[in-house]
Amino acid sequence: MKKLSASARVYLAIVFIVLYAPIFYLIFYSFNSGGTMNSFESFTLEHYKAVFEDSRLLVILINTVIVALLSALISTIIGTLGAIGIVTVKDSKMRNTLLSLNNVLIVSPDVIIGASFLILFTMIGIKLGFASVLLAHVAFSVPIVVLMVLPKLLEMNKSLIDAALDLGATKKDVMMRVILPYIQPGIFAGFFLALTYSLDDFAVTFFVTGNGFSTLSVEIYSMARAGISLTVNAISGLVFFVTVIVVVGYYFITSRASKRTGGTQ
Amino acid sequence: MQTKTSKSALFPYVLWIALFVIAPIALVVYYSLLDIHGNFTLDNYKAFFTSVYLKMTLSSFWYAFLITFFTLLVSYPTAYFLTKTKHKQLWLLLIIIPSWINLLLKTYAFIGIFGLYGPLNAFIEVFGFDPKQMLFTDISFVFVSVYIFIPFMILPIFNSLDRLNPALVYAARDLGASAFTTFRRVILPLTMDGVKSGIQVVFIPALSLFMITRLIAGNRVITLGTAIEQQFLVTQNWGMGSTIAVFLILFMVIIMLITGQKKDKGGRVR
Amino acid sequence: MKQLIQATIAILVVSALLFYAADALSAGGGKSGKDTLTIFNWGEYIDPDLLKQFKKETGIHVIYETFDSNEAMMTKIQQGGTAYDIAVPSEYMIEKMKEENLLVPLDKTKIPNFKNIDPYFLDLPFDDDNKYSVPYFWGTVGVVYNPKLVGNLDFSSWEDLWDPSLKRKVFLVDGAREVIGMGLNSLGYSLNSLNNEELREATDKLITMAPNVKAIIGDEITPLMVNNEASVALTWSGQAADMLSENEDLDFAVPTEGSNLWFDNMVIPKTSKNIDGAHAFINFMLKAKSGAKNADYVGYSTPNIAAMKLMDKEVVSDKRFYPSEEQRKTLEVYKNLGPDYLGKYNELFLEFKMSIR
Repeated sequence: MKKLSASARVYLAIVFIVLYAPIFYLIFYSFNSGGTMNSFESFTLEHYKAVFEDSRLLVILINTVIVALLSALISTIIGTLGAIGIVTVKDSKMRNTLLSLNNVLIVSPDVIIGASFLILFTMIGIKLGFASVLLAHVAFSVPIVVLMVLPKLLEMNKSLIDAALDLGATKKDVMMRVILPYIQPGIFAGFFLALTYSLDDFAVTFFVTGNGFSTLSVEIYSMARAGISLTVNAISGLVFFVTVIVVVGYYFITSRASKRTGGTQ
Repeated sequence: MQTKTSKSALFPYVLWIALFVIAPIALVVYYSLLDIHGNFTLDNYKAFFTSVYLKMTLSSFWYAFLITFFTLLVSYPTAYFLTKTKHKQLWLLLIIIPSWINLLLKTYAFIGIFGLYGPLNAFIEVFGFDPKQMLFTDISFVFVSVYIFIPFMILPIFNSLDRLNPALVYAARDLGASAFTTFRRVILPLTMDGVKSGIQVVFIPALSLFMITRLIAGNRVITLGTAIEQQFLVTQNWGMGSTIAVFLILFMVIIMLITGQKKDKGGRVR
Repeated sequence: MKQLIQATIAILVVSALLFYAADALSAGGGKSGKDTLTIFNWGEYIDPDLLKQFKKETGIHVIYETFDSNEAMMTKIQQGGTAYDIAVPSEYMIEKMKEENLLVPLDKTKIPNFKNIDPYFLDLPFDDDNKYSVPYFWGTVGVVYNPKLVGNLDFSSWEDLWDPSLKRKVFLVDGAREVIGMGLNSLGYSLNSLNNEELREATDKLITMAPNVKAIIGDEITPLMVNNEASVALTWSGQAADMLSENEDLDFAVPTEGSNLWFDNMVIPKTSKNIDGAHAFINFMLKAKSGAKNADYVGYSTPNIAAMKLMDKEVVSDKRFYPSEEQRKTLEVYKNLGPDYLGKYNELFLEFKMSIR
């Protein structure tokens, strides 16, 4: 493999700097004793202390993470199966219809999704709270998973499957040993973007939540009128660092493990 | 793969479509036929064809196009270079992580960064330029939108580049193709599926952007998404809001038909 | 494949652990009923210490949920699904909620501290005799400005916003009622006008202001004013108070032609399952001490006279945020326009927005 040229490195560096600039900016102000994201007065850790004293906020944070993880997981399963199903559809009209239906929730603004889910849930009698929020998040994350898995499926070489079948593999083997490993990067991409959708959503969650259940986004948006407290910055900073540590740690553990076992993935 | 197992695999997905796609569409279409007093009418559809909404449609498409174009412009090289790095999976994850921090918070950060006394203007001043108010301009709006959508574009492109057989590239180069020709004739066509899916996941939601039209563009940009939000939350005219949504869905279907996979024979030549 | 299974198991394990953690943290928070009270309010709009104190005094555990717009709040209450016991809507929304039968009448005998409220703020058209609502905070709509950046303008008149020196400098709040109302007021009309000609005239006048408008935004105006990024903004007095406390250079004025007088009010929605508890909470919030503490924390103007006596003299004698009765005479409370005119106001506002390019 060729090494990256210097200009490529600079390019990547700029992209990363831009992506992380706002995050470092708001973490910087989480140490501000001034109380707002404006002028920096002096260094303090009081906002971090406030995070740990505010058990309500901590519960909300944990709820947010649980909903994100579970909804991303479930929608990844449904979406992957759906994508596999879609490519088996031979009729191109049928396939395009399915894909269009798939994208309806991506094009619909959140308020509409939220309002119609709220009507739907109250109609079929689902109690508003954790279950309804989870269900809603699964619902709006499915299409992104499909769209991430689909290109991998389409570029998959049909002869690969035929060869496996010729060699006496069962259909289940083909699925487990040929298709899934091949589309795995698409599955992971779908999962991570589903996480993004879930963590970012405010409007849908607001409408379908209730009975004391809340997520971080709902909390932050409703603070806007009276001013967002820096406690939120502090909590975001903490989440950010924990995420980075988990991701980097997980990456090195799994890559070492796979080296040891000689795995290819 | 035309088997019973794959048909039953489709079951949860079809259930999802029925419950969370068909049912809401039915509801939206129903509401679109109601006026503000709850009477049946087609007035909302008539109202959509007035200059106000047509102008909005046009500007929605224009900005969605700009956003998608620049997102692609930034993302393709990024994805390409990322596939060449040593710990590419890790770097890829690091591209997604910023999108997990709340958007409103990041927007406030952008307001600070772009501000007259923010770091960006301080940086510009070092080079002898006058500080400029960068917020509430088309540029800042497109910039922040691109920022939001970058991971959605990079991921599918990265995935299709990653599996690209380097031997093909070397072969092309050996046969005397220039770097550009190699890219145009070999790399790009082979990653087209990824690019297409990237364009879909950026363009379609960009059509209905709201929130940042106010936060970053100060309502100088008005899209169909903003109009829907206003109709639902301020005017509480669910009828008109739903009508606009019906049109958004129609536009999306048209886009899907244009960019849709026409091939259905399978067994593509690779 | 192995990786997929591993990842799935990892996610399930982490979720289970988090579930356990959340459960441990929220121990004591029971289901809605006699010993709990669910409050639906704007974020950061109450001193959290008061909720703790309320629990100590009454033993009632408070579940606090938040919303970011009146309309979204009403939709939630209309659909039901959560037993909200207290909500804090603005006055025009109370009229609407009354029409839709979403409110429980108050039993004043259970709210002895009701007497602490300035009678001036009682028995207003949106709720005769305060059958359903008790004022929580109040304020006006005016202009916050930075005297260092705008020359001699003092915004005693709305006309100042049209001043040619303010080209691309004016920020407006993203609300049809506020902006169209300002246009109407500047012409001497009522901000509840239902006269199409007046509305047309007001919109045309606003459109001539378009070159001065920098942006129409929401709550994000606060950091901009505080940072001296923006020099003039049309906004609510509550937010103006926040800004002034952060940046001493700023000033606030309510133009004399007239403006809006708004209220946020405590009500008991129909969804309530603990009506006694809700009354107890309203009474608790109306205590002089709680009122003062809350006003200190939130920074908005309180209608509670007894509380004002306990507050910093400088704050309550500030005529910009506690205008005298004389000043209040030009202020009008929003009336519910009905769906047709509400739509009309928003249409005109949209027309104005689209004229800004």
